[in-house]
Amino acid sequence: MTEPLIQLKHLSKFFTVDTDLLGRTTSLLKAVDDLTLDIFPGEAFGLVGESGCGKTTVGKMMVDLYQPTAGEIWFEGQDLAKLSKRARRGRCCDIQLIFQDPYASLNPRMTVGDIISEPIRINHLVPRDQVADRVGYLLNAVGLSANYRNRFPHEFSGGQRQRVGIARALAMQPKLIVCDEPVSALDVSIQAQVLNLLSDLREEFGLTYLFIAHGLNVVKHISDRVGVMYLGRLVEVAPKRELYRNPLHPYTKALLSAIPVTNPAQRTKRILLEGDVLSPIDPPPGCRFAGRCYAKAGCTGCACESEMPELVEVSPGHFVACYLLDEGRRVLAGEVR
Amino acid sequence: MTDNVLLEVRNLSTDFVMKRGTVHAVIDMSFTVHEGEVLAIVGESGSGKSVTSLSVMGLLQPPGRVVSGEILYKGRNLLELSRGEMRDIRGNHISMIFQEPMTSLNPVYTIENQLVESVQTHMKLDKKAAAARAVDMLRLVGIPSPEKRIKDYPHQMSGGMRQRVMTAMALSCDPDLLIADEPTTALDVTIQAQILALINELRGKIGMAVLLITHDLGVVAETADRVVVMYCGQVVEEATALQLFERPLHPYTLGLLRSIPTMEDSDADEPLYMIRGMVPNPLNMPKGCAFFDRCDRRMERCRTEMPPLYEAEGRCLRCFLFDPDGTGAAS
Amino acid sequence: MGSQDDFSSGPLREQPSENFIADEAMALGETLPDSGGDLPEIDETFHEKPENQWLEMWRALIANRAAMVSLFFIAFLALIAIFGPLITPYNPIETNMANALRGPSAAHWFGTDQLGMDIFSRVIAGTRISLTVGLLAVSIALTTGVVLGSVAGYVGGWVDTVIMRVMDMMLAVPSILLAITLMAALGKGIDKAVIAIGLVSIPEYARIVRGSILSIKENDYIAAARVVGNSDFRIIFRHVLPNALSVIIVRGTLGISSAVLDTAALGFLGMGVQPPQAEWGDMLGRARGFIFQAPWTLLFPGMAITSTVLAFNLLGDGLRDALDPKSRIK
Repeated sequence: MTEPLIQLKHLSKFFTVDTDLLGRTTSLLKAVDDLTLDIFPGEAFGLVGESGCGKTTVGKMMVDLYQPTAGEIWFEGQDLAKLSKRARRGRCCDIQLIFQDPYASLNPRMTVGDIISEPIRINHLVPRDQVADRVGYLLNAVGLSANYRNRFPHEFSGGQRQRVGIARALAMQPKLIVCDEPVSALDVSIQAQVLNLLSDLREEFGLTYLFIAHGLNVVKHISDRVGVMYLGRLVEVAPKRELYRNPLHPYTKALLSAIPVTNPAQRTKRILLEGDVLSPIDPPPGCRFAGRCYAKAGCTGCACESEMPELVEVSPGHFVACYLLDEGRRVLAGEVR
Repeated sequence: MTDNVLLEVRNLSTDFVMKRGTVHAVIDMSFTVHEGEVLAIVGESGSGKSVTSLSVMGLLQPPGRVVSGEILYKGRNLLELSRGEMRDIRGNHISMIFQEPMTSLNPVYTIENQLVESVQTHMKLDKKAAAARAVDMLRLVGIPSPEKRIKDYPHQMSGGMRQRVMTAMALSCDPDLLIADEPTTALDVTIQAQILALINELRGKIGMAVLLITHDLGVVAETADRVVVMYCGQVVEEATALQLFERPLHPYTLGLLRSIPTMEDSDADEPLYMIRGMVPNPLNMPKGCAFFDRCDRRMERCRTEMPPLYEAEGRCLRCFLFDPDGTGAAS
Repeated sequence: MGSQDDFSSGPLREQPSENFIADEAMALGETLPDSGGDLPEIDETFHEKPENQWLEMWRALIANRAAMVSLFFIAFLALIAIFGPLITPYNPIETNMANALRGPSAAHWFGTDQLGMDIFSRVIAGTRISLTVGLLAVSIALTTGVVLGSVAGYVGGWVDTVIMRVMDMMLAVPSILLAITLMAALGKGIDKAVIAIGLVSIPEYARIVRGSILSIKENDYIAAARVVGNSDFRIIFRHVLPNALSVIIVRGTLGISSAVLDTAALGFLGMGVQPPQAEWGDMLGRARGFIFQAPWTLLFPGMAITSTVLAFNLLGDGLRDALDPKSRIK
């Protein structure tokens, strides 16, 4: 059994939204709440959820852009929080991030060559005379000509800029790359190009991915395992095929059903969720999905609303956080209708 | 769906004249929308689909201008109307909802204010009647407790709610045609499902026609009766939705459909099909077919000649493969 | 939605608006050769030469006539300031009571003042002082303001609060009064004026830079810079400030005109140069008593001040328009 490359242990990130006069927090935005997840070397883990679910926050905590409010991140068996600042800086080579917006993630005043070479230069990864070669190699690896190194980002299209962002992430030869919705901002025909590129690079360089997306369809092609988040909590995790064939959590089912089907002859009856996504600010106790859950019809005052369900393994590798599927617990909570 | 033609666009061409050159955003475009039907215009960035809708509504800003063509709404050419007459058309007859509900609603006024203003302007009702109608509209678009929510400000509502409010505003004056420009792109997928269901429901209830502008073929499949596919300012395929998805014919449409990661794909982990290359530089459009560089089935003549719109297989196609006189064989 | 930096935000930044057509027009239209499905292909074609942002700015500036005229005028003033002593027909501080209050003539182009000093020579001499003080004061204010504003904007928290409250306190007092008070403490003289004016101008630069930094900080490329391992120091100087440069340049140019005006004001009040040195404001001050009998004593120094201030203002405006990416789409 291989050791996981990165382990998120009871990770939480809360933002203070409002304070009283004395500076004490009165309102808390729970972006990520007690999230536990392991990612294994070489795998691509797809993390899916809608806006406000906290998936981007998870990614940013992994690259140290946010500090966790609680919980730990262990990388290759080391607790990252316990490292000295210098050691942490050294670790940053191992975990990199590809940003969502190709128009905002490249410094408009720097040439593409500078953008890609910067990580190499400031971390002294390669002798100075070899930097240019390395930049050329990276540009080629993502499908761009090495002659583009002196161009500025605004001279490129969205898809090309995203390739530059990928090259920058690769520059430090990381072990894990967090892909934060890397294709959402791209045209449909370019999305396929970039997704294929990411797949190819993963094979060529032996990378591990945390692939963050808002749609289960995008994640399908590139992931080995998929996790679904809702309002800061992981509600279901399963190997890809298992999740798509046999989704268990009511939210996952709704999410799958909401994806438009490109076959008008099949305008299926879909699960329509009532109301809107709750705000992650000061969420009520209990399951975050309880307010919109269609599956708990007729059940009021049940455990769903008072206690937070934990992830439970219902079949090998398939975890769900839902009381309705766990007969034992349901009875335990006294909710029998 | 009746056969009455509501909107007929004939040979519309719109240019953007800039220092660097002229961009032909829309080239010789024609389509019709019948009463009660949903026509979807599909394309990626640079295809000209949004410019088309702005041209129809008379909302083009310089340096964009309509250079030729006619836009006939119930027989009247919208391009020849005065500004006052056009204002009357907008809202009363043709209404529009946009992509970004956050910026389309004025943040300093309540929903009530904005809805009532819109109703009063177009329907000449007094304040009380207008307010009552506003609440009815909110109820129609599925906002719970509309009498309470109407007093909210835009920032107090979520994206999905705001889009519903925008829809309510657009519908408040009983337009015959609703132009929806990427109405769900900025929304989460579950909310998108709700909005699409709403549009379908409203179609049934009030018999409204919809001109849906989008890049998302999934959305098109869910809601459209007929589809127009645009590429680089031109129509490349026009067909009913069933025809298009069952058997896409134009190489671009084919490529587009195949490259979308969908749920129906087999479990095999093959790479996604991708259309190679990029959209050509609009200032430097190649001679001949705009899709030439990226086409799998191109022929020599495609390099130098621009294919006209052929009628074939019950639909319109801009591709020499469907030239009734020429050979349909691929290279 | 204007420049390429300015697309709609939201969970999906999908289709940009039609202004994107203009930006797409700048993108390269090359094609990738047939994909074999293995490693991505390399594309080799490109059409345009690399573009320099400063070159773009320069071109846009040239198109602005008012700005170009101002630029030439300022260059002209600079020449006068540099070669001043060589071109004055008379010694600017040489009095000649016999010639007092003579109107403009062939011998004295701008006439003479109440002490018989040639006004033309004094105006020329004053150019050097005004420009020097203007540039020096702005340099002091700008460097200090940029550092303070950057730190405040980037670090945030209580550091930001402390710095900005101090700046607010300084701004609460009308700048001229503050300058006068400083001069009272420092004593009279041109060098003290430079310090006073410089100090007084710091808050506006700090504010502008801080505002610029707050908005630049939110961009993904700053986060990206942090992820690849840049230190905070490097981020501020290598990433944030270069993007704020255009704002700083514009403000600095406009600031020179304020500094020139402040110098004149101090001089007018008798707090700048010491007599009999020539300085425009001082000349105005002395001319107060002779407005009606010898208007030229007022007119020429006044015009010198006005035209200089106007020139810097127009240049500053021109620079701002030239550097604003949105106006390029026209």
